[in-house]
Amino acid sequence: MDNSPPLKVEVRNFNFYYGSNHALKDINLPIYENRITAIIGPSGCGKTTLLRSLNRMHDLYPGNRYEGEIILYPDKVNIVSKEVDPIMIRMRIGMVFQKPNPFPKSIYENVAYGLRLKGIKKRSLLDEKVEQALKGAALWEEVRDRLGESAYSLSGGQQQRLCIARAIAPEPEVLLFDEPTSALDPISTSKIEELVVNLKERLTIVIVTHNMQQAARISDYTAFMYMGKLVEFGATEKIFTKPDNQLTEDYITGRFG
Amino acid sequence: MRRKEEFIEALVRSTLGSFALGVGLLFPLITLLVLLYESFPALRKFGITDFLLGKTWDPVAEVFGALPALAGTLLVTFIASIIALPVSVGIAIFIAELSPKRLKPVFSTAVELLGAIPSIIYGMWGLFVIAPLMADYVEPFLQETLGEVPILGRLFEGAPTGVDSLTASFVLSIMIIPFMSAIVKDAFEMTPPLLKEAGYGLGATKWEVVKNITIPYALPGIVGGMVLSVGRALGETMAVAFLTGNVHQIPLSFLEPLTTITVSIANEFTEADTDIYLSSLYYLALILFVMSFGLLMLAKFMLIERLGRRWGTKNV
Repeated sequence: MDNSPPLKVEVRNFNFYYGSNHALKDINLPIYENRITAIIGPSGCGKTTLLRSLNRMHDLYPGNRYEGEIILYPDKVNIVSKEVDPIMIRMRIGMVFQKPNPFPKSIYENVAYGLRLKGIKKRSLLDEKVEQALKGAALWEEVRDRLGESAYSLSGGQQQRLCIARAIAPEPEVLLFDEPTSALDPISTSKIEELVVNLKERLTIVIVTHNMQQAARISDYTAFMYMGKLVEFGATEKIFTKPDNQLTEDYITGRFG
Repeated sequence: MRRKEEFIEALVRSTLGSFALGVGLLFPLITLLVLLYESFPALRKFGITDFLLGKTWDPVAEVFGALPALAGTLLVTFIASIIALPVSVGIAIFIAELSPKRLKPVFSTAVELLGAIPSIIYGMWGLFVIAPLMADYVEPFLQETLGEVPILGRLFEGAPTGVDSLTASFVLSIMIIPFMSAIVKDAFEMTPPLLKEAGYGLGATKWEVVKNITIPYALPGIVGGMVLSVGRALGETMAVAFLTGNVHQIPLSFLEPLTTITVSIANEFTEADTDIYLSSLYYLALILFVMSFGLLMLAKFMLIERLGRRWGTKNV
């Protein structure tokens, strides 16, 4: 692995507990810069739990506990340390959710929200960044004349691209996708997939997906999880052609899951 | 077997249907008709505008005008709502968003229990506890400060007796706070967690999420809760009967005694010795009925529906 790209995030001996439920067990996982890392596995294997640890989403609910380290490069911050402010982490690591969840605001304000949180007030700068983000999410042409309309006037696929625009507008270093196409039709799905591939030029992507073909199509690296453990991690091509682990092979050949 | 089930289903449906029809449609309709019938003599004698805008309420001369009672009702309800709104939203934010999860039911129940106190007890508490406090401390203080401001000072003229619209509104606001905060809290809790997570995911703080996501999302609920509470307050003005002084005059200052529609009806019903007097009281009741009903309709059709569509509440 000498020719691996630089690390962006490194999960080290990581454990996670929902109350007394030991949900993630001794996870070690590298996430490389400007690459797409897919996390696959059957329902309940902990893939979403791991993803939501990366931006400290579990802090929102009581009774959750992190153990171990998740290091964010280049400054080597331990994401899950209690001393680290989750707000700062979430500004650096954006997230796109399972279902499109635009705010009950206009299209423009949805994209501008993260920028406003960062303290950007100047209208011209906001305009510019909103346009950039919408272009980055391949939505600009469809909405340029109706930026003031409610985000709910968009279709499901457009709403999800709006959520991507919203997430990339503040220019995060890492973007987390939690099964972003599970609520979408095939055409919207392929648009989102294309978009995700294009986005890796500017940021690092981690995507949780139920859909193995999707992982195979778009990711550079794949992590297979089962029952709270990381079973195998490697280049996507290798995982899907000749995995080392029997369990991985059974899963990708559809023998269970 | 099959037929028996169908029969039971039809029976249940028609029974419950007639309940719903009876309570939902017939009952208000009959009330309206009775009120119209009883108030007819006064309606014919004074008409609509003369009664609504009439300032005199003189049982001896048999001249009745609703303006003082109407103005008193609206004033007390309005001030009470203004006081109750921020407090209720605050309570709702605290319970829904800030309080530790384990204490949530405790606070929730505590506020709901406030609503279980019979309203007349609020009235008594208002008279024996709040009114003296208002008369001795709050009102003299207001007169010395705001009372000195030109124009605005007019609102604080009069003897600080504690029996006036200020005290009445304050006590009434405490009565509607449990109601209003429960509705607002429910509206807050209806905000989809996914929407809040979207905000947190972008690095928003708790307060930013409440301010930018929860409150806008819950706005139809807040407005609806406010209108419903105003409707309730209109009727509950009865409980503050002790605190109004029951004087038929248009309150030009917060410190003047006044009356409300409910208070007039309750106080004067037994004294109404002439037909036109009694009929005028029915007329007042009719006005209250129409106002409350209209307010509810407004809440239902205009605000909740319109805001709901604008924010696409059904979409998430």
